[in-house]
Amino acid sequence: MTGNARGHATGNANGTGTGSGTVTAEGPLPPRTYDVVIVGAGVVGCALARELARHPLLSVALVEAQDDVGQGTSKANTAILHTGFDAAPGTLEARLVREGYARLGAYAAESGIPVERVGALLVAWDEEQRAALPRLAEKAERNSYHESRLLGPAELYAREPHLGPGALGALHVPGESIICPWTTTLAYATQAVRAGADLHLNTAVREVGRDGGHRLTTSRGTLRARHLVNAAGLHADTVDRLLGHDDFTVTPRRGQLLVYDTFARPLVRHILLPVPTALGKGVLVAPTVYGNVLLGPTAEDLDDKQATGATADGLAGLRDKGRRILPALLDEEVTAVYAGLRAATGQEDYRIAAHPGQAYIAVGGIRSTGLTASMAIAAHVTGLLASTGLDLGPVREPDPVTLPNLGEAFPRPYQRPELIAADPEYGTLVCHCERVSRGEIRDALAATIPPRTLEGLRRRTRARAGRCQGFFCGAAVRELFETAHGEGPRT
Amino acid sequence: MTAEHSTPGPAGRPVRRVDVLVVGAGPAGLVAAARLAASGAGRVEVLEREQEAGGVPRHCAHGGFGSRAHPRTGPVYARLLAEAAGRAGASVRTGVTALDWTAGGTGVRADPAVDAVGPAGPETIAARAVLLATGARERPRTARLVPGTRPAGVYTTGELQQAVHLFGQHIGTRAVVVGAEDVSYAAADTVRAAGAEVVALVTEHPRAQTGGIRAGAARLGHGIPLLTDTTVAELLGRGRLSGVRVRHRDGRTAVLACDTVVFTGDFVPDHELARRGGLLLDPGTRGPAVDGFLHTSRPGVFAAGNLLHAVEPAATAAREGATAATAVLGFLAGSTGWPAPGIPLTVEAPLRWIAPNRITPAGPPAPYVLRTGAPLTRPVLRVRQDGRLLHRERPAPWTVPPGRTLTLSARWTGQVDPAGGEVRVSAG
Repeated sequence: MTGNARGHATGNANGTGTGSGTVTAEGPLPPRTYDVVIVGAGVVGCALARELARHPLLSVALVEAQDDVGQGTSKANTAILHTGFDAAPGTLEARLVREGYARLGAYAAESGIPVERVGALLVAWDEEQRAALPRLAEKAERNSYHESRLLGPAELYAREPHLGPGALGALHVPGESIICPWTTTLAYATQAVRAGADLHLNTAVREVGRDGGHRLTTSRGTLRARHLVNAAGLHADTVDRLLGHDDFTVTPRRGQLLVYDTFARPLVRHILLPVPTALGKGVLVAPTVYGNVLLGPTAEDLDDKQATGATADGLAGLRDKGRRILPALLDEEVTAVYAGLRAATGQEDYRIAAHPGQAYIAVGGIRSTGLTASMAIAAHVTGLLASTGLDLGPVREPDPVTLPNLGEAFPRPYQRPELIAADPEYGTLVCHCERVSRGEIRDALAATIPPRTLEGLRRRTRARAGRCQGFFCGAAVRELFETAHGEGPRT
Repeated sequence: MTAEHSTPGPAGRPVRRVDVLVVGAGPAGLVAAARLAASGAGRVEVLEREQEAGGVPRHCAHGGFGSRAHPRTGPVYARLLAEAAGRAGASVRTGVTALDWTAGGTGVRADPAVDAVGPAGPETIAARAVLLATGARERPRTARLVPGTRPAGVYTTGELQQAVHLFGQHIGTRAVVVGAEDVSYAAADTVRAAGAEVVALVTEHPRAQTGGIRAGAARLGHGIPLLTDTTVAELLGRGRLSGVRVRHRDGRTAVLACDTVVFTGDFVPDHELARRGGLLLDPGTRGPAVDGFLHTSRPGVFAAGNLLHAVEPAATAAREGATAATAVLGFLAGSTGWPAPGIPLTVEAPLRWIAPNRITPAGPPAPYVLRTGAPLTRPVLRVRQDGRLLHRERPAPWTVPPGRTLTLSARWTGQVDPAGGEVRVSAG
């Protein structure tokens, strides 16, 4: 990764070439007819916008119901870059995860997205699970993943000395990696906007009609498109029905997760995955690129697509399971509790369908592997668009982006003397737990896609994400945010 | 690669040497620095990561600080302490963060050294003695595992006070305060000072953990209900908090409509630097284990203030700063070697912790402070070593609630057998 903490700021001056797109969050939408409108600015929609932005003759708009990119499943997941070793062989998902792993890995390295190739261990805690390991190794082979290896208990405990007692063995999958999901989505969207795509936030699609092309009735007025892509994630089935289809139903599956203090990070070296059995999936323990440790997720099928709350039962269950996997983890403090909703459709594959007569493509059922597969999904959908009548025109690679590094495996601004010498604001720490400088907060607030809430600022900088949750820095961070937004006199 | 293992700045960075490095410019650190500088300890430097010195009193816009003769508000007290340290000749550097201990030492003697960063860039500072005075903080909603959504409007008292008293920020209109100890009532006062209404104070305990006068004034004078035997079961609302679901011990639940909730109390030491340095921590306080003269387990490193006991009043922290100064001076003069870790001093339930918590020949200059996890009515504290009763004391002729200071005199320490086992304190 080539670190440049000022990526945001320098990017603002980047007005060369085809010209930057606009980011709007209020007011009327532009009257133009876009070549392509993408509904949903999650990791998939943003990846597609970025892919289409490689074609400078196309006009592209990304519309998002919420006030920021990556606000749905994309922000609340297990943040793993999957090899696809355990996908259902032969499926579209298996292929796109495998391709996406390579593409996103390369993109991350050039864009400042932190990735750590820590590897995964599928730990067997009983005979049934141990018996399943060789079958998982064979499945990995069928998915063209050839690096997995069975470990006995001695080697397992040598690799993970803090593992709880009673583990019988493991399957080692060295390619499994951890990644920053926030920066990934933001990098895609930033690059797309800088290359000419428009991003319309706070724009919920209510109806889709036709008059020549698509006429979208949204919460901010009408938007017109020649081609429409539905990347609405949890709401993809709703949008699909607006176009007259009834192909799938998204059942939100809630995953609650606990994030442990960075003091827990030395307790675990790999992603510790459960062995899937007939009784369902267990929970994982995984390091994060921010230096925390994740425990989760639960898997609860729900009806409510907004039920992102954590429950007492869910958290208690996770802690019980975590105590068995990594007993010392429970002695550390929890710095975040969150719940994400995954888009389950009852079928073990993505639901990507082209409707050529409608100039419409549905990208549904993108489950927990969507982050990994995002760039491959984007390329696949772009191919479908071309095959259903969209003239992509010539390719011009967009200018690379460099997002500020949020990962612990790479130098953070406070660790870079040359950066502080050039700008002392990078040596002035505001958020002490996460060591976020005033310079980073300033840059994020002035970026191509600035945050509109403190939560959005947190996802871009880690400010207020640490063990004190704002006890020390919360008011100071808010002051910087409100000053940048020019908020008026306060009581 | 992780934060805990992060390596220091580039090798070859010049190491600056001082005589005493104090980390944290709250009452303990500032009083120690002033005393040390005035006593000819040499170059005394204080690192403060905030932009202003003074610590938590900076944003406690109420009285109760200073002495009986010279009562002060928190901000005035903080400013006076900072000025006194500077006047005495200590260098108080704000906006400079002590990040970690310098890996592998500095190659010169065995002095501890600290890596720091500020607007002038990274630096390494070696000191003959280091005093950790990094204070304490409240445990936030996440650490308390409170279920529900993640809306805006969720505070700790520390953030609330800074928002209101340092920045004049708007905090909402209706606030629920979680807790009913002194700090909770201070939070309620801050809510009211910001022009918002306190919907209720909520405590899991059967009664307020504060003086009856204060609790009565809040309830009767300001009409603030106190919900006892009640916990916060869930936060509600998307975007902004819309309410909290509370649950009574008997199982009943109710929703309190509010746009702000303040989690108060439940203090823990801010012990990051202590942990990074491998200092022995006391399992009760979770701060560094120290003896009566505030030696930690690491030679040359002392600790004082609410890092040792989360939390005691500023006056206690300041008094410990003075004790630490005396101890540091003795160490610098070479009159005393570094004491061995000493005999652990532990407590039995319902007592939660005691500080200091090691007994060494270095001696006990000040009374011990303790906390109980359950109310104690006219408690009797008993000190035993290997079953032998060393001391018996009645610290308070009234009921002591959790969250309030209990003290134990130190006059029994001469009877401790240096070759014996741990010393235990029980309450009955």
